[in-house]
Amino acid sequence: MTYGVSRLSSRSHLRETLSAYFYLLPAVLVLAVFRILPIVLSVRVSLYDWGMAGARAFVGFGNYLAVLQDPVFWKSLLNTGWYMALEVPATLVLSLVIAVLLNQKIRALGVYRTIYYLPVVTSIVAVSVVWRWILHPDRGLLNYVLSWVGLHGLRWLQDPRGLIQLVVGDTTNQLPYALRGPSVALCSLVMMGVWKGLGYNIVIFLAGLQNIPGTYYEAARIDGATRFRLFRSITWPLISPTTYYVLIMSSIVAFEAFAQVWIMTGPPAGGPLSTTKVVMYYFYENSFELWRLGYGASIAFFAFLIILGLTIFQRTVLERRVHYG
Amino acid sequence: MHRLGLNKLPIHLLLILGSVAMVLPFFWMVSTSLKTPLEALRFPPTWFPSSPQFQNYVEVFRQIPLWRYMGNTLLVTFATLAGVLVTGLFAAYAFARFRFFGREVLFMVFLALMMIPLPVYLVPSYMILFRLGWIDTYLAMIVPWVVNIFGIFLLRQHFRQLPQDLFDAARIDGCSRFSTLFHVVIPLSKAPLVTIAVFNVIGSWNSFFWPLIVTHSDTIRPLQVGLAYFSREQSTNYTLLMAATTMAIVPLVLLFFVAQKQIIQSQARSGLKE
Repeated sequence: MTYGVSRLSSRSHLRETLSAYFYLLPAVLVLAVFRILPIVLSVRVSLYDWGMAGARAFVGFGNYLAVLQDPVFWKSLLNTGWYMALEVPATLVLSLVIAVLLNQKIRALGVYRTIYYLPVVTSIVAVSVVWRWILHPDRGLLNYVLSWVGLHGLRWLQDPRGLIQLVVGDTTNQLPYALRGPSVALCSLVMMGVWKGLGYNIVIFLAGLQNIPGTYYEAARIDGATRFRLFRSITWPLISPTTYYVLIMSSIVAFEAFAQVWIMTGPPAGGPLSTTKVVMYYFYENSFELWRLGYGASIAFFAFLIILGLTIFQRTVLERRVHYG
Repeated sequence: MHRLGLNKLPIHLLLILGSVAMVLPFFWMVSTSLKTPLEALRFPPTWFPSSPQFQNYVEVFRQIPLWRYMGNTLLVTFATLAGVLVTGLFAAYAFARFRFFGREVLFMVFLALMMIPLPVYLVPSYMILFRLGWIDTYLAMIVPWVVNIFGIFLLRQHFRQLPQDLFDAARIDGCSRFSTLFHVVIPLSKAPLVTIAVFNVIGSWNSFFWPLIVTHSDTIRPLQVGLAYFSREQSTNYTLLMAATTMAIVPLVLLFFVAQKQIIQSQARSGLKE
């Protein structure tokens, strides 16, 4: 790195430092007040039984212990886990397949890209309102389309039964919650989430694919490589940084799913039978509906720990498999 | 040239099938918005409204202050963008082009803050805004978001790649650091600035969680929060709901069609950055 004149006197270095701080001041000020200070305060709030009108009592780690013993918290964590476990791989595979298809130098590439990207620019609120109508059990478009092929359709957003429960045929709720699988309602949210996020990931993958030099494929083809072999040995390793990026971004988006729960499920939101109550919603419910601010802050810290853990896992375990250039 | 050498007809069939799945919800939204309440509930449904009810769109304006919501969203979107560009340009310029005490540490702090999930600072931010008397004002929706750390990161990467000769030449011509930023750096940074602007406009136009919490009154609410509440109140009146939803997405969809090349390229670019 070069910074202008190679030898700086300590006085001009001081002047440069001062003016740098001046340039940084607006950003630092906002971040200090709305990011750093809140994080510090958050620790404090989490140690109190902090109610709405400022009523508070010091409880130490009581909130954290209570959260750990709260079955609804664990349920919301499991729901978030299911949501991520379904949505992230589905989005990844589908968007990669479509991006590979779009990378065949086909006609009307721009048209396809625009169409697939359309849900990305529309708000999650609008999309949730529309999908709730599409998934309407009696009047919905989806059940109508399914009826063409003789399928009965489901009460999508109202069905609390788990997928495994559906397959096993246990309607008496004898399986423990964790073994019932994600509820039909939660899967409906996943379905919409995949539809919504596909276009973004397609565009990212397409950019990655177009960065691969065509000569690699030609050389391999001369050597008699099969299509599968081309994908396996050239495409897949060379887009691994992109895959890694898509994986991280879509994991975060999935973890933070909130608006769709607020709008599409319930009343009460998070239903049926709390099977769509994800961590973000449970945090919101405690903090801003029940105004249990201390309890909410403790949930937030557990959410933070989980995101941190996921990121560290992805950094250390997955990044080693990423092939850069 | 085919990259993987697949046959094209089945590819088009697959892509068209996918496209239909992508567009169908939007078609259904517009179609329902033009039906009578009775026709909307008919099963099996009709694909096209038998007599389009354009008055549904007028009725929405009678029920909710949609212009007001849109005005609020526009104000918040552009005020936020202005703030993001100003704070971002200055901070990135300092990080990329100044040598000062604590630079690396401070930059690490910025990056670390990017990793903190929203819930951690949401509750205390609410308290701070409450103390400032900003709850239920535009300031609450704008000020906390006038720093975009990812934007600073993008700009810093770009500024660092600009050749040193440019800065030396500007200095010899008598440019101060400040005017170098305006006359040399900014004109050469259109691509990252557009990227940041695109991200920010789409982000603030669609933001929901934060304004849901910091606004209480109908006059201050942005479009998305207004629509969400309307959807709760009108959970059975699907024709009006779809008309309101259509109007809530039209501005951004129009923007998308006008600037789609820019939007898609900047998204793709941001994914390629390390």
